[in-house]
Amino acid sequence: MRGLTKEYVIRRFLMFLLTIWLGATIIFIIPRLAPGDPVAAMISRMINQSGYIENSAQLIEAWRKKFGLDDPMYIQYLRYLWNMVRFDMGYSLSQFPQPVIATLRRGLPWTIGLLSVATILSFLFGNLIGALLGWRRTPKWLKRILPLSLSFTSIPFFMLGIILIYIFAFGLNWFPFSKGYSDSTPGLNLRFIVDVIYHGTLPAFAIVLTSMGGWALGMRGMMISIDSEDFLILAQAKGLPMRRIFTWYAVRNAVLPQFTALALSLGGIVGGSILVEYIFAYPGVGYQFYQAIVNLDYTVIQGIAFLLIMATSTAVLVIDLIYPLIDPRITYQKK
Amino acid sequence: MIPQPTSSVSGAYRAGREIVLDVRNLRIHYETPRGDVIAVNGISFQVYKGEIVGLVGESGCGKTTAAMGILQLVPSPGRILSGEILINGRNMLGLTEAELRERRWRELSLIPQGAMNSLNPVMRVRDQIGDAILTHEGAIPKDKLKARILELFSLVGLPPRVYDLYPHELSGGMKQRVCIAMAIVLNPPVIIADEPTSALDVVVQRVVAQTLLDVKERLGVSMIMIGHDMGLQAQMVDRVIVMYAGNIVEVTPVMPAFHNPLHPYTQLLIASIPSIKERKPLKITTGLTHDLRNPPPGCSFQLRCPHVMDICKRVPPAMIEREPDHWVACYLYGKEEQQG
Repeated sequence: MRGLTKEYVIRRFLMFLLTIWLGATIIFIIPRLAPGDPVAAMISRMINQSGYIENSAQLIEAWRKKFGLDDPMYIQYLRYLWNMVRFDMGYSLSQFPQPVIATLRRGLPWTIGLLSVATILSFLFGNLIGALLGWRRTPKWLKRILPLSLSFTSIPFFMLGIILIYIFAFGLNWFPFSKGYSDSTPGLNLRFIVDVIYHGTLPAFAIVLTSMGGWALGMRGMMISIDSEDFLILAQAKGLPMRRIFTWYAVRNAVLPQFTALALSLGGIVGGSILVEYIFAYPGVGYQFYQAIVNLDYTVIQGIAFLLIMATSTAVLVIDLIYPLIDPRITYQKK
Repeated sequence: MIPQPTSSVSGAYRAGREIVLDVRNLRIHYETPRGDVIAVNGISFQVYKGEIVGLVGESGCGKTTAAMGILQLVPSPGRILSGEILINGRNMLGLTEAELRERRWRELSLIPQGAMNSLNPVMRVRDQIGDAILTHEGAIPKDKLKARILELFSLVGLPPRVYDLYPHELSGGMKQRVCIAMAIVLNPPVIIADEPTSALDVVVQRVVAQTLLDVKERLGVSMIMIGHDMGLQAQMVDRVIVMYAGNIVEVTPVMPAFHNPLHPYTQLLIASIPSIKERKPLKITTGLTHDLRNPPPGCSFQLRCPHVMDICKRVPPAMIEREPDHWVACYLYGKEEQQG
């Protein structure tokens, strides 16, 4: 591929592994710095729920052994790393004995489906609005109207979400209030897919409305800063059609830094969007994340954090590798 | 030291007297909250077929604005208030957007100032030159397009491999030659070269200047060359137009411009050319240019002129032909007053 060398790809991949290892290690250390014993905390929560548990002291003992909390720290650490490599993140504490990975596996498709579509749509709309705002030849009336579309960015999401639910779900009854699907059985059939889209529209709309403003402002700034570039003047002198100058000379150059930001926000998707999923009771990772925090479910929190590290590093790795295709000035080949 | 113009160049302007570009009473203002800045104060001049006209003057004298005005690319808040720009007798001003776009580059092309940022960094050279051809001539088979661009390359001395390269892979001199190749791709009658060599080192400057001369000789194209490098002007141009504060003060064949400058401003300009043989004090610093928003009545140079007279402060002088083809706007050479 253009601009890539084998050494660079290998070096970059090792860097990728190193990043994940560092992240995983930090997640390992931090909970162990906190005071308290997770097993004791779990048992006491069970006692709270059911009133009384026989032989709780022995139970704590047995579970500490089962979870390997009696082993020396380095053995725990090595076992933890080995488990992480196999995506074995242990058991959820609040939904014991369900494995964390099963919990995440349930939430991920919803989150990825909703957020990737919403992120890409807001990237497209936001950059288009920003490009038009920053382009000198944009019709005046359009320049007056477009900033209105950005005013949603300044409304806090929890307010906007509630307003949208009030108008479109409660008032107009166009969309459902919450949940990812209603009565249809999950599967690859048309009825279910339509159902999912029907449920996803309102949350996706809310995300696009609130986040496209950020893209638009960044893009507008870039468009203005390249506006006086000589190659734009030359393109005009060449008599090129305005549309071609706009797309291939202005936007094509202005949008470059936006791609890095896009990679980062796509990587961050797997963490879910807590506010969105909470307000719309969407069954994704963000909702699980919220519940894990409320229930002090450390293993799930750890699992989501690890997933975030994986996804962000992967997204950055991918953008690094395809950047020479987007911007020909970037090359990893030595001249 | 005053560089000696080469003989073939200095004689060329007499060869044809066919007017290719006729600029009439071009007036460009920059609109500011505190009044209009008069950047180009109703200038008129002609460019003959096959000649290079140098447009010289200090920074801010309006030479680049005038050139951008001819291209109709004056940056905001600049505005062309009046005038006519005739190329082969047809006015370029007052066209619709589509008509103007159609005629751009076919009839008037641009070699930009400092080719560093003049090429789109994310497009290959071939696509940027191809852009101009495809826009104006419609679809062309790929191999024909390539053959045509490679022919241009050989004309400006570029190796064929440049065809597939991106601008950042070229040196400054090569970029400038790509710009020259691009400017001549549609064989326009007039090319505006805005300080075409200013960002290059002296050796590359010479090579690029020679390329420009070769292209001009081969294609018989007319050029307006903007610049303040008087040495380069002496080497390249046939006639010199001297601008001061938005006005043309002198129009002269290149030899008299250096050996017998008439206007006091031209005299100062020539005297300020750095010499490599001796150190001399800079003469041009005395006095300040007036505020371009409120020009004084009379001659625009009166505040800095060493020979200023009473009449200079009342009525602007008209251009008079003091010697054949040598025009000057100064009362030192006669008392004709400008009409209107």
